[in-house]
Amino acid sequence: MARLHVMERSEAQAVMDGLHTALEHRLSVSSLAPCPVEFTAAYIAMCATQSCGKCTPCRVGLNTLHDLFDEVLENRATPATLDLIERTARSIYLSADCAIGYEAADMALTAIRGFRDDFESHVHNHACGFKQSELVPCVSGCPAGVDIPGYISLVEAGRYTDAVKLIRKDNPLPLVCGYVCEHPCEMHCRRGMVDDPMNIRGLKRYAVDHMDQDYVPETCEATGKRVAVVGGGPAGLSAAHYLSGMGHDVTIFEARKHLGGMLRYGIPNYRLPHDLLEQEIGWILSSGIDVELEHPIDDLAELKDFDAVYLAIGAHGDNRLGLPGEDAQGVISAVEMLRAVGDEMPPDFTGKRVCVVGGGNVAMDVARSAVRCGAEKVTIVYRRRVADMTAQDEEIAGAEAEGCELLELHAPVSIEANEDGVVTGLRVQPQIIGGLKRGRPAPRDAAAEEVVIPCDIVAVAIGQKILSDDFASQGIPTKWGRIQAAEDGSVAEVEGVFAGGDCQSGPATVIRAVNAGKVAAGNIDNYLGFNHEVSCDVELPPVQFKGKTSCARCEMTEREASDRTCDFDLVEHGLTEEEAHQEASRCLRCDHFGFGAFRGGRIHQW
Amino acid sequence: MVTLTIDGREVTVPEHTSILEACRTAGVKVPTLCYLKGLNEIGACRVCLVEVEGIDQLVASCNNEALDGMVVKTTSPRVRQARKANVEFLLSRHDTACTSCVRSGNCSLQTVANDLGVTSLPYKVDLTHREWDMDFPLIRDADKCIHCLRCIQVCDRMQNTGVWDLINRSSHTAVGVTGGAPISETDCALCGQCITHCPVGALRERDDTERVFDAIADPDTTVVVQIAPAVRAAWGEPLGLSHDEATVELLAACLKQLGVDYVFDTSFSADLTIMEEGSELLRNVAEHPGELPMFTSCCPGWVRYCKAHHPEMVDHLSTSKSPGQMFGAVTKSYFAEQAGIDPHKIFSVEIMPCLAKKSEVDIPAMSDACGDPDVDVSLTVRELDRMIKAGMVVPQQLEEVELDDPLGTYTGAGVIFGATGGVMEAALRTAHAIATGREADADAFKDVRGQDGWKEAAFDLGGTPVRVAVAHGLGNAEKLIQAVNNGDATYDFIEVMACPGGCVGGGGQPIHDGEERAEERGEVLWELDREMPLRRSHENPQIKAVYDEFFGEPLSEKAEELLHTDHHAWKMPTEA
Repeated sequence: MARLHVMERSEAQAVMDGLHTALEHRLSVSSLAPCPVEFTAAYIAMCATQSCGKCTPCRVGLNTLHDLFDEVLENRATPATLDLIERTARSIYLSADCAIGYEAADMALTAIRGFRDDFESHVHNHACGFKQSELVPCVSGCPAGVDIPGYISLVEAGRYTDAVKLIRKDNPLPLVCGYVCEHPCEMHCRRGMVDDPMNIRGLKRYAVDHMDQDYVPETCEATGKRVAVVGGGPAGLSAAHYLSGMGHDVTIFEARKHLGGMLRYGIPNYRLPHDLLEQEIGWILSSGIDVELEHPIDDLAELKDFDAVYLAIGAHGDNRLGLPGEDAQGVISAVEMLRAVGDEMPPDFTGKRVCVVGGGNVAMDVARSAVRCGAEKVTIVYRRRVADMTAQDEEIAGAEAEGCELLELHAPVSIEANEDGVVTGLRVQPQIIGGLKRGRPAPRDAAAEEVVIPCDIVAVAIGQKILSDDFASQGIPTKWGRIQAAEDGSVAEVEGVFAGGDCQSGPATVIRAVNAGKVAAGNIDNYLGFNHEVSCDVELPPVQFKGKTSCARCEMTEREASDRTCDFDLVEHGLTEEEAHQEASRCLRCDHFGFGAFRGGRIHQW
Repeated sequence: MVTLTIDGREVTVPEHTSILEACRTAGVKVPTLCYLKGLNEIGACRVCLVEVEGIDQLVASCNNEALDGMVVKTTSPRVRQARKANVEFLLSRHDTACTSCVRSGNCSLQTVANDLGVTSLPYKVDLTHREWDMDFPLIRDADKCIHCLRCIQVCDRMQNTGVWDLINRSSHTAVGVTGGAPISETDCALCGQCITHCPVGALRERDDTERVFDAIADPDTTVVVQIAPAVRAAWGEPLGLSHDEATVELLAACLKQLGVDYVFDTSFSADLTIMEEGSELLRNVAEHPGELPMFTSCCPGWVRYCKAHHPEMVDHLSTSKSPGQMFGAVTKSYFAEQAGIDPHKIFSVEIMPCLAKKSEVDIPAMSDACGDPDVDVSLTVRELDRMIKAGMVVPQQLEEVELDDPLGTYTGAGVIFGATGGVMEAALRTAHAIATGREADADAFKDVRGQDGWKEAAFDLGGTPVRVAVAHGLGNAEKLIQAVNNGDATYDFIEVMACPGGCVGGGGQPIHDGEERAEERGEVLWELDREMPLRRSHENPQIKAVYDEFFGEPLSEKAEELLHTDHHAWKMPTEA
């Protein structure tokens, strides 16, 4: 008998690995709707399968815990059962020998504390009290509730203009979203259980890129009501579009030279080309919206002749590091730099070394823009790990491909400058990553010396501020700069004023701003005494059940990095016709099958 | 049109036809449990599965369109096995005590299981045993529910009420009262449509037949039964009788055979309702012209809905009691006096196509005649049929008998109360006569008939224009009320019946899974009306007599006391 064996992967192990991968796939399709009790019970049962069985709390305790959850689910539990569950989970947590046991118990504790109301609903009403419901996963995941399966079926049928029409029922910026949406819908896509989630953004982009010709937006009979929209970003444009369509007389007041807000002044041309953005804005304005450019509103009294006001001023102020040397020449804010890029006046960084501080999408935009401005070297300095960056993975990968260095685990300490006050470097303190703090791993100073990264420019991209002080002084309630508005967008203290978008939510995504504008439009319409309904008369092609087929996802491709860093032109290539049609045909049509069949797969009007 | 092949046969059907309907067109039998055309085409039970060429998995035929060139097989081994497995799954969560189930012999699960050759159960049976308030007129047995979800759809989409919902998820998914509330605390209208659309015995009426049997058995009690108009259109269906055979006179014979002392006809008090309600309408139009409309109040399901959902409209309900309650009040006053019977010894039974009547008879205010409830028990037609069977009465062997005097005389106007538009038409026939002093043709107002959910018409009553509307099904009623509230529609008089098609489609009628018989049954009533010598309520000689001898005139003090009610005298559970 041999003394040692070379490890070989048995067939059974291969099957087991396959099941694990499938489970990962399945769980990565986050569901919006499971019953918290049911989910936790299944989670504990799953954890128990990993137990080696040696120690008591894990071997016996986890199953006991699962039985108690069953009592809740089968309406046999009393309030005492809930206390027993908590006590049991705590005992397992305190006494299990390894992570299999104590982690499972910790999750159970988190669940019973976090979902206490729902557990009690099961005990008292014998019914799940968790209100969130998911009709169609992608639609539920989309803040604007766009009819995603509907427009995908239209793309599949080659009816691109109809697809765009259907999107515009809920989102008047399909082009913008086709290029830059963060696509939270894809996270929920059930196709992910089979192979990969649908490339929903890619299909939207294909539809806008290939629609025949644009039509004129329909408008209802004029109501004679005037609405002022303050800020021409996605929230303002969205509100203006729907309000104008409802027959109201809309004027957008924009502080800058161009409309678009962060679409223009935050997202560089290489991700969202200005000419395309202008085209989409032009379509929105074609319904007869008035625009006053370079007309900031500081005083609400200026708008007293309007019947309603929508504040959508975004978050265009910069956050400062608050470190020594920050006033040195060569320190710029992300907002400042991207604004210049947006106004087609990019700075010249030829031969310069740039440090970008931050780890979000804006930091990536700044870094990649700096490359295009001729920088010799761009370093993205971040105090956590790359894995902890809030920027989207493709943005980080894009920056890396374009030659940006990622210096993780380094926290800025001060900015070094020469005697003329010109930046010479960024002093940073190496960090070590620690435990979770509010869900994210927290870094702390490592036992290592500070280092100076020599550079000429320090670009600060650590978040934006909302410039709401003027409004606050006029009685608009704010909290940490955010304008306080109710769920319907109305500002409680001020009659006829609504607010939404980044200035209300804090810096967020385009699609959330679009939704804010849509919500405000509907409620402003009601406030003005109307109830216009927004609908779309596009008829969808028949649904065909295709059964289980295997087909992975088509991704968009990009221009070669060495080529694209020379200009601000668009980086991403859209899907080809062949790819778009294959991709569209992968949709499982959850609007027609599954729960969508029962409760209705679409909202026809709002 | 699209052409497809089903089991080797070519079939051409219109576009957007489901595979299931295409199979039916082709004469191919496909079993279903959850399917309800137009209302519940959701592929939940997975019993209607078929094989479609080119697709690996089986396809739910109810939830998929027939497409051009499609090749469908309905009898392959895979199909048969999958259908059977799904029925076995359902049976493992179903209380199969068929012998004590009201739907035994009329149960789709039983039929489908038998058809598919289920002879033993391979799976462990696991039942939930959820509790239920057995005093409530609507009884739900969770252990019989097969989660077809029809009740949820009917309640939501047809009746706009939302009593039922899915109350848990995944493997614990269960149909139940929304939010797990006790049923008696909901705004259930008790229309009973969930019962008549349930494929199994999960939903039924509270059985009150023993109380009637006991009363019959008591020699000191006089049992008086009234038969509602719509009953005659349906009572014979489960007993193997045709519409022509199942007359109200044959039913009277059955009831007499069971030992009932007096058999009367609610159509009589429908005529009485017309006298009161018609007079109320003319008074309202004259005294408050242009005000919000008057609604009929003869449907207790509608009254419950109105109180729960539109308290602002309650004062616009006619104060006239429903015909059943008027009948009860007259029975324990006028009739008791005439017959010389102590009203406290009368046991007053109504046979209704209705579930809501079971709650109506229990309203404390409905005891105007002698202090006892004016009606003691309300039976559905299904309970009536069970009594006939339990009494071993074979209608085929009985001769028809005349209804008893004096409350057995009625007109065609009373009979049509059981169909949508009937109350309106009956009211207009009499209102026209009162307003103009002339008789209109009995068919002059037939524009309000028919199965449209929301009908409207305008008539001239002696120079007074009267705009009327008729809605049946509470979802349609809701739309109509919204329109009235929004100022989009203006009417003087509105008839609402909670059940689609009116009482002929009532929640207490015999059940035929997958069939809507309201229209056909309604025709029976319209046909009876056509053949009646008297077709206007005010022509009923007994009505004349009861006013001459007892009430004086419509809306008299005595009439107000016995024949009218205060809709605020009781509350719906959710009513403020």
